[in-house]
Amino acid sequence: MTLTLDDLNHIAATENERLGSYKHRINICVAAGCLSCGSGELKAALKDGVKQRGLEERVLVKGVGCMGPCSKGPLVAIHPGNILYQGCSVADVDALLDSLDAEPVEQLRCPANQPFFTKQRKVVLENCGTIDPERIEEYIGAKGYEPLYVALRKMTPGEVIEEVSKSGLRGRGGAGYPTGLKWSTVANAVNETKFVVCNADEGDPGAFMDRSVLESDPNRVLEGMAIGAYAVGANYGYIYVRAEYPLAVKRLKKAIVQAKRIGVLGENIFNSGFSFDVQVRLGAGAFVCGEETALIASIEGHPGKPRPRPPYPAASGLRGCPTLINNVETFANIAPIIRNGGDWFSQIGTTESKGTKVFALAGRVKQTGLIEVAMGTSLREIVFDIGGGIVQDGTFKAVQTGGPSGGCIPEQFLDMGVDYGSLAKVGSIMGSGGMIVMDQHSCMVDVARFFMEFCMSESCGKCVPCRVGTAQIHELLVKIISGRGGISDLAMIEELCSLVKETSLCGLGQTAANPVISTLRYFRDEYLGHIKDKKCVANSCAKAAITEDL
Amino acid sequence: MNPSANLPPRQATVNDALSRILTFKINDRDVSARDGETILSVASRYNIKIPTLCHLDGLSPYGGCRICVVELKQSGKLVPACITCPQEGAEILTHSQRVVESRKKILELIFSERNHVCAVCVSNGHCELQQLATDLGLTHIHYAYRYPHLAVDASHHRFVLDPNRCVLCLRCVRVCAEIEGAHTWDVMGRGISSQIIADLNQPWGSSPTCTSCGKCVQVCPTGALSEKGKSVAEMVKNQEFLPYLQEMRDKKHY
Repeated sequence: MTLTLDDLNHIAATENERLGSYKHRINICVAAGCLSCGSGELKAALKDGVKQRGLEERVLVKGVGCMGPCSKGPLVAIHPGNILYQGCSVADVDALLDSLDAEPVEQLRCPANQPFFTKQRKVVLENCGTIDPERIEEYIGAKGYEPLYVALRKMTPGEVIEEVSKSGLRGRGGAGYPTGLKWSTVANAVNETKFVVCNADEGDPGAFMDRSVLESDPNRVLEGMAIGAYAVGANYGYIYVRAEYPLAVKRLKKAIVQAKRIGVLGENIFNSGFSFDVQVRLGAGAFVCGEETALIASIEGHPGKPRPRPPYPAASGLRGCPTLINNVETFANIAPIIRNGGDWFSQIGTTESKGTKVFALAGRVKQTGLIEVAMGTSLREIVFDIGGGIVQDGTFKAVQTGGPSGGCIPEQFLDMGVDYGSLAKVGSIMGSGGMIVMDQHSCMVDVARFFMEFCMSESCGKCVPCRVGTAQIHELLVKIISGRGGISDLAMIEELCSLVKETSLCGLGQTAANPVISTLRYFRDEYLGHIKDKKCVANSCAKAAITEDL
Repeated sequence: MNPSANLPPRQATVNDALSRILTFKINDRDVSARDGETILSVASRYNIKIPTLCHLDGLSPYGGCRICVVELKQSGKLVPACITCPQEGAEILTHSQRVVESRKKILELIFSERNHVCAVCVSNGHCELQQLATDLGLTHIHYAYRYPHLAVDASHHRFVLDPNRCVLCLRCVRVCAEIEGAHTWDVMGRGISSQIIADLNQPWGSSPTCTSCGKCVQVCPTGALSEKGKSVAEMVKNQEFLPYLQEMRDKKHY
């Protein structure tokens, strides 16, 4: 017996009825950020409290995914009414429960009308923070897996690809390759076996978009993968998650088990004749495995080292078969595109870049956390409205996007709308969505050194420019920071940067120099300050590091 | 459902498609090649010498050393000749100033990485790295030497591994896995701390998988792998067995 649309609707109705039967629903964020500051204990205490008061019939306490303002955790939201509380602890349990039929607890309130929430546009994260990620029924209750039904039963694979192409969705993993084009390339490849791979090997320092999506709404990703598999003609999928995300892995595995039990994964889904099975593969901690050919090698059980392209994975990928590789966020965009149509999606964003983008806002802003904005939103809005400005009323210096492959964007570009093209123009990249804000206390030379150290230690070591070049650049940056650098070192850094960029094998090496190149472009003064005056304008490079005997 | 079950054999790779003939230019000279041939092999047919290091005929292509980079005139990209197949109408420059300078810098990086001291090396005079430096006219290294501390493994009764001379071309790893079938050698660590190791990083002499065939020593381009008891003048590597073995295997003369 396969699942029918009636069954799906029945599950949704039963679930919504169950949720509706409670007078109050207390949602507690149990994504990694809030869990780490004690939301697990808080959830248990709230459950105990509800039990002691004999309110089990009227009050539901449940864990949900990320609500966004991670720096304010643990977060609790009380429905109906969506009253959001921040920084709750076990000591607040009584106050929270007392407030249920009375006035809200003012001292814990997190105002919902602040720009952090109002300036966002949620597509990928629409279910995050509202549904219980460990119950597939809640996902179905939120109209989940309906798009899969529509795709499998009402659309041909060609029509699905057509819809994705029409949406203008571009890969959210970094390079921004048009998703529809990638799908049609894999669909057109002639081979009996094809694979779908979801790249969840998120490794950029400061980035946690994929982790949050997997922890908060794993079914969304599975559904996107299943639709993608149907479109390209694949029956097997792999999700490559880094092992440093144990919670994401646990929830993903749970979601897969539940999806198979219900019948939205497995044999003959929705009686369409289409079968799809997904397995989770764990990465062992190598950043380079986020590069698609290294990722494939790793899934195959080989050392995670990239190989030259072409052939691209779309032609010859996993085990030599045509393979569709997309990022977590890309797959998470698919269900809404099928549900609302490609035209709907293409209305969001800018001409070149459609839809929304999830960013992990971190660094020296007042409100850090997970945000989703329409493409084209200006950096100023993100940093000063959503992020609430610089901490301790400091001065904005730069925002780093794209992780170790990206660049630092100075103040003069704050009013620029964020999309693939504009970021590339100023020497950075969209990347996977890490966004680190820096203030006057950050030394840009040290920022460049940090990212170069990262690339150096994450280089797989296969090609010489990346293996030795990054180590040499790092050495020179350390030399400059410690006050031993000369003007000729700057020239040598520039020379090495272009060599590493031009001659490295894979994306890691080809982009490793970007943070150095962009800081040299906009903050050359700081380099010269370290070299000529032996001074760090940000005063952040340890005084001891700058040699006294100058 | 187990995805690894019922899988077809690995799909035909680019190298198997030999039907089409391509025409393109190398250094403004019109050349032709079979579809799937690498720039390196086409160039050598036309007597255009592109320097190589990690590449060795008879072993799988690797593309790691980047010494063989050539310039694609149209896109301005630098690509390794040993693993890149030319496109129809491509214009390839094998010795433009940019290419030659990039090669030199890459070679300098290799020299700066480990302790390549020719004067005290058993391969002095018979070293591919040294020869490359001569060919490219390298007179000095302007990058800082890294001087790593690496221990020599002399535990094998016939051979010595000196990682100070290693350029991580992985010829030894490939010949051991692909030709000898022992796979004694592999790489430990990553990036700048990569190192060639026997089995799971144990003394070579105690490796249970090593057959002491010596193929790794013969293919090693430098003095990283050498034979015990040979003087500098005697330590000449013989790589002729590779094409011979390759031919015998192709003819199935096992």
